[in-house]
Amino acid sequence: MTTRAFQKIYTKIDNITKATVTLRADGVGNDELATVGGKLAQVVKIMGQNVTLQVFAGTEGIATNSEVIFHGEPPKLKVSDNLAGRFFNAYGEPLEGGEAVEGEAREIGGPTVNPFKRLQPSELIATGIAGIDLNNTIVTGQKIPFFADPDQPYNAVMANVALRAKADKIILGGMGLTNDDFLYFKSVFENAGALDRIVSFVNTTENPPVERLLVPDMALTAAEYFAVDKGEKVLVLLTDMTLYADALAIVSNRMDQVPSKDSMPGSLYSDLAKIYEKAVQLPNGGSITIIAVTTLSGGDITHAIPDNTGYITEGQLFLRNDSDTGKVIVDPFRSLSRLKQLVIGKKTREDHPQVMNACVRLYADAANAKTKLENGFDLSDYDERALKFARDYSRKLLAIDINIEITEMLDTAWELFSEYFTKEEVAIKAELIEKYWKA
Amino acid sequence: MKTTGRVNGIISNIVIVKADGPVGQNEICHVYVGDTKMMAEVIKVVGDDAYVQVFDSTRGLKIGDKVEFEGHMLEATLAPGMLSKNYDGLQNDLEKMEGLFIDRGSLTDPIDYDSTWEFTPLAKEGDKVSAASWLGEVKEQWINHKIMVPFVMTGSYTVKSIVKAGTYKVTDTVAVVTDSEGTEYPITMVQKWPVKQAIRAYTEKPRPSRVMETGVRAIDTFNPLAEGGTGFIPGPFGAGKTVLQHAISKQAEAEVIIIVACGERANEVVEIFKEFPELVDPRTGHKLMERTIIICNTSNMPVAAREASVYTGMTIGEYYRAMGLKVLVMADSTSRWAQALREMSNRLEELPGQDAFPMDLSAIISNFYARAGLVKLTNGETGSVTFLGTVSPAGGNLKEPVTESTKKAARCFYALSQGRADSKRYPAIDPLDSYSKYLEYPEVREYLDEKIEKDWVDAVYEGKTFVQRGKEANDQINILGDDGVPVEYHERFWKSELLDFVILQQDAFDDIDANCPIERQKMMYKMVLDICRHDFTFTDFEQCSQFFKGLINLFRQMNYAEWKSEKFEQYKQQIEQYVTEKSK
Repeated sequence: MTTRAFQKIYTKIDNITKATVTLRADGVGNDELATVGGKLAQVVKIMGQNVTLQVFAGTEGIATNSEVIFHGEPPKLKVSDNLAGRFFNAYGEPLEGGEAVEGEAREIGGPTVNPFKRLQPSELIATGIAGIDLNNTIVTGQKIPFFADPDQPYNAVMANVALRAKADKIILGGMGLTNDDFLYFKSVFENAGALDRIVSFVNTTENPPVERLLVPDMALTAAEYFAVDKGEKVLVLLTDMTLYADALAIVSNRMDQVPSKDSMPGSLYSDLAKIYEKAVQLPNGGSITIIAVTTLSGGDITHAIPDNTGYITEGQLFLRNDSDTGKVIVDPFRSLSRLKQLVIGKKTREDHPQVMNACVRLYADAANAKTKLENGFDLSDYDERALKFARDYSRKLLAIDINIEITEMLDTAWELFSEYFTKEEVAIKAELIEKYWKA
Repeated sequence: MKTTGRVNGIISNIVIVKADGPVGQNEICHVYVGDTKMMAEVIKVVGDDAYVQVFDSTRGLKIGDKVEFEGHMLEATLAPGMLSKNYDGLQNDLEKMEGLFIDRGSLTDPIDYDSTWEFTPLAKEGDKVSAASWLGEVKEQWINHKIMVPFVMTGSYTVKSIVKAGTYKVTDTVAVVTDSEGTEYPITMVQKWPVKQAIRAYTEKPRPSRVMETGVRAIDTFNPLAEGGTGFIPGPFGAGKTVLQHAISKQAEAEVIIIVACGERANEVVEIFKEFPELVDPRTGHKLMERTIIICNTSNMPVAAREASVYTGMTIGEYYRAMGLKVLVMADSTSRWAQALREMSNRLEELPGQDAFPMDLSAIISNFYARAGLVKLTNGETGSVTFLGTVSPAGGNLKEPVTESTKKAARCFYALSQGRADSKRYPAIDPLDSYSKYLEYPEVREYLDEKIEKDWVDAVYEGKTFVQRGKEANDQINILGDDGVPVEYHERFWKSELLDFVILQQDAFDDIDANCPIERQKMMYKMVLDICRHDFTFTDFEQCSQFFKGLINLFRQMNYAEWKSEKFEQYKQQIEQYVTEKSK
C-alpha cells in the first residue's frame, strides 16, 4: 500500500503489546487498515480517541515513535481473471515477485449471500474415491473438512480430489503450510498442467501466524469473484483450519478476552461459520465448494476446533489406516456427507442409497466380529463371511488409491454382496435385489 | 423528541454511544455509517454511555457517527400476511431484499402494508373487550386470522364502532374501542409487541393433555410430545438433529409452524425454501409452506440478530396461539443462541460462568421455554404453542451448561446418540436415555386410552422394558460370548433388535416410511409387541438370530409398503405365517 498525500502520519504510540499497538487518532474507521512502522495492521478497537491496532506480523521492533499511517479502508483484494495461475501471500501480494494483479479492489470478508437467493446444491462432484463418491458423496456448494491426524496424507488426498474434481477454478488457501507441503501442492498442480485454473494464497510456517487470519477471506473473495461474476464452479481448499483457529486464539488472548472451551475464543463458532458459509450454489450456475482440513490432536473430535467445525460443515471425512489391508481408507463409520441425499439415487443409479447403507451395515457386522475374535470368542459362519467381505470392501472400494466411476462402485458392491451373503442378510428393498443381484 | 447520540467507542459489534437524553435498557437505536442505517439494541447503560450491540457489521464506523434512539424495544410486527414469509432474525422479509448479498442495513417491511383483506366482524358495538379479544377475522391462506385488540392495551374497553364485512387495507381502522374514560382507540389489523416479553393475554395455562402427532414412531409411540408441551433434542453433530426436525416440521399435526433456523447452516434453510412450497400437508391437502413461517438467521448472519431470532419466532407463535390455533415453534439450534449470549457477555467483560457462558444462562433458557404452553383464551377457546428446540452440545457432552439448563426447562428429552448414528440407526433417538414426562400425566394417559386404545401407556412401558432387557442381555453376550449365555439371552436381545429395527428406526428419506400415522404406529407396535411377548424355543443362538433377521427383513419391507396396500397385507400375512411356523 502506498501513502497518499493527504494522509496524516502519527508518530506517537502509547501502548505496545506483543500483537497490538494503541495510539490516539481521529477519524479512524473500525476494521480499517494501517501501516505501523512499515508493518500492516488493522483497527480492532476504538475507545474515544484511543485506537487499538492489531499488527499482523507482530510488534517486534516497533517503537513508540514509529510511523502510523491509516489507509482509510479495510483489507481489499484486486480481482480479475489474471489471478489464475498465481501464488499470493496472505495480503494478496504476489509471491516470488512478479507483477501485481490489476483489477477491481474488493473488500475481503464481505456480506453474506441472502439465504433466500441461494439454490439447493444438486450437482455431484465425482472424485473417483469410493469412500467419498459411494459413501459420502460431495455436492457443489457444500463445505466439508477432512478430520485428520497430522501424520495422515491429507494434503496429498486433497490435491488428488482437487485435480480429479471437475471444477473451473481451484483456490488454495494455505495456512501454516510447511514450505515442503507448499512446494508439493505447487508441483502437483504444475505437473497436472492445471496451473492456469489455480489461485493460491499461502501463509507458510515461516510467516507470522496472525497473518493467517487473512488467508481464508482472501481466498474466498477470489472465489466469489469467479463464482458470482463469472458463473464458474469454484473449489476452495483450506488447509489447515486448526492453525487458523490457533491464530484466532492468539489474538483473542492478547486482547484479554475471556477464553471459553479449550482456550478458544467464545466466538470461534461464528468465526469459522463466516468462512465455511461462503460455500454456496448460486442461481447463475456458479458455485463455491469448500474442502478443508482440520487436523486433530490424537484423534480427539471433542476438542473445540473440530467440534465447532462439525456443527458448521456439511459432514466430515475421516482418514484411517486400515491394518487389515495396509491401505489408507476413508472411514465409513465416522465420515458423513450431509448433502449426499440430494444426489444419490437421483443423479446416480437408483440403488445407490440402499447399497451404500447395506455396505456400511455389513462392514459394522464385520467390526463386531473382529471384536469377538479379539476377545477370544468363536466366530459364527456369518462372522467369518462378514470379515471376508470387510477385507474386500476395504481393498476394492474404501482405499483412497482407487479411482473408478460410481456405477462401477455399485456393481463392485453387488458382486461382494452375492459373493459373501444371502439376499436376506443384505436386506435391501426386494425390487432392487431382483434387478441387481449378481447370480 | 428522540434521544440521539454519538459513537464514542467500538469493540467489534458492541458500540459505546454518548447519549444526549434518556435511554432505556433493551431500547432499539439506529447507528449510521454514512447513509447506511443499522439497527442496534441497548444492552448496558453506564452514565451517559449506552452500550449497544449492532445487528450488523461495524466495519468503517467512526467515532462521532450519529445514533438515533427509537424509544421502544425490539418489536415484532403482527398482522395478517406473515404465513409463508421468510424473515431474518429481526423480521426483515428476506424475499423483498434486492441483490444476491444481504448488504448492511437492508431493512424490509415484515408485512405488505398495501395488502387488502376480506374482513368479517366477530364483535359488535357495545361489546366489552380486552387485550387479545377477537374483533373480527380475515382469511390468511386457509386459516381464520383473528384481528384482535392489541396485546399492549391493558384494562377493559368497549367497542364503539366496528366496520362492516368487506375488503380493507391492513392499515385501515377496522374498529374503535373506548376505555372507561371515553378515550377512543382506533384499531387496525397491525399490532406490535416487544419480542422479549411473553404475551399473557389468556385466562389460564392448564397442563397439556393431548399428544401432538409427529409421524415419527420413536417420538409418538415411545416418548410422545404433548400439544403445548416442550421438548429438546440434544445430539452431537452428525446424529441427525436437523433431519429429525425437518421431518417433524413436515408431518406435525399443527396449524401453524414456525421454524427458527438459528445460527445453523444456510443450505439447510434452502432445503425448506425449496421443498415446502412443493410438499403437501396430508392432513389439510394444502402446501406445507402455507402454514409455515421461517425465521432464518444462519450462522454467518450477524450474531446479535441470532439472539433476537428465537424471540421473534416465539412472539409470532404466541400471536397465532391467541387466535385459538395449534402452533409448533421449532428452533435449530438453541445452543447457537446461547453462544450469541456468550459472545455478547464476553465483549461486555462480564465475569463468566461455566464454559464462559453468562451466569444467568439457565434462567434465560427456562424463561424462554416457559413461554410455550396450552392456554385458555378469554373467550373460552384454547390455543397452544408447542416448542421443540435442538441443542448442539460441545463435544457431544451432555453435561455442558446449555444441555443441562435446557434439561431443567423442557419436558421431553430426545437424546440422539453417537453410537446409534454411527451404526446408521436413524433416527438416532436413544430409547433408554430419552424420556417424555407427559407419559406420567394422568391427563395424557386418559387421552391416549381414548385416542389409541385402553392402557396404551402400559404397553409403551412394556416395550421400553423389552428394549432395556435386550440391552442387558447384549452386554452379557458381549462379555461371556455367544455360547457362554443361555439361548434365552439371545432371544431377549433379538426381541429388542426387532423393536429397534421396526419401531424405533425409520427411514426419513423414504416417501412412505418417513411419515407413519398413529393408526399405523398402533398396528405395527402391537404386532411387534405380540411377538416380543411370545416365548419361542430355539435350539441354538444361530437359529434364533436367523429367525429374527428374517422377521426384521419382512417387517422392514412392510414399513416401506403403502398403508393397507396389497403388498402391505401380503407382508403382514407372511409375517404371521412365519411366526406361526416357528411357534409350533
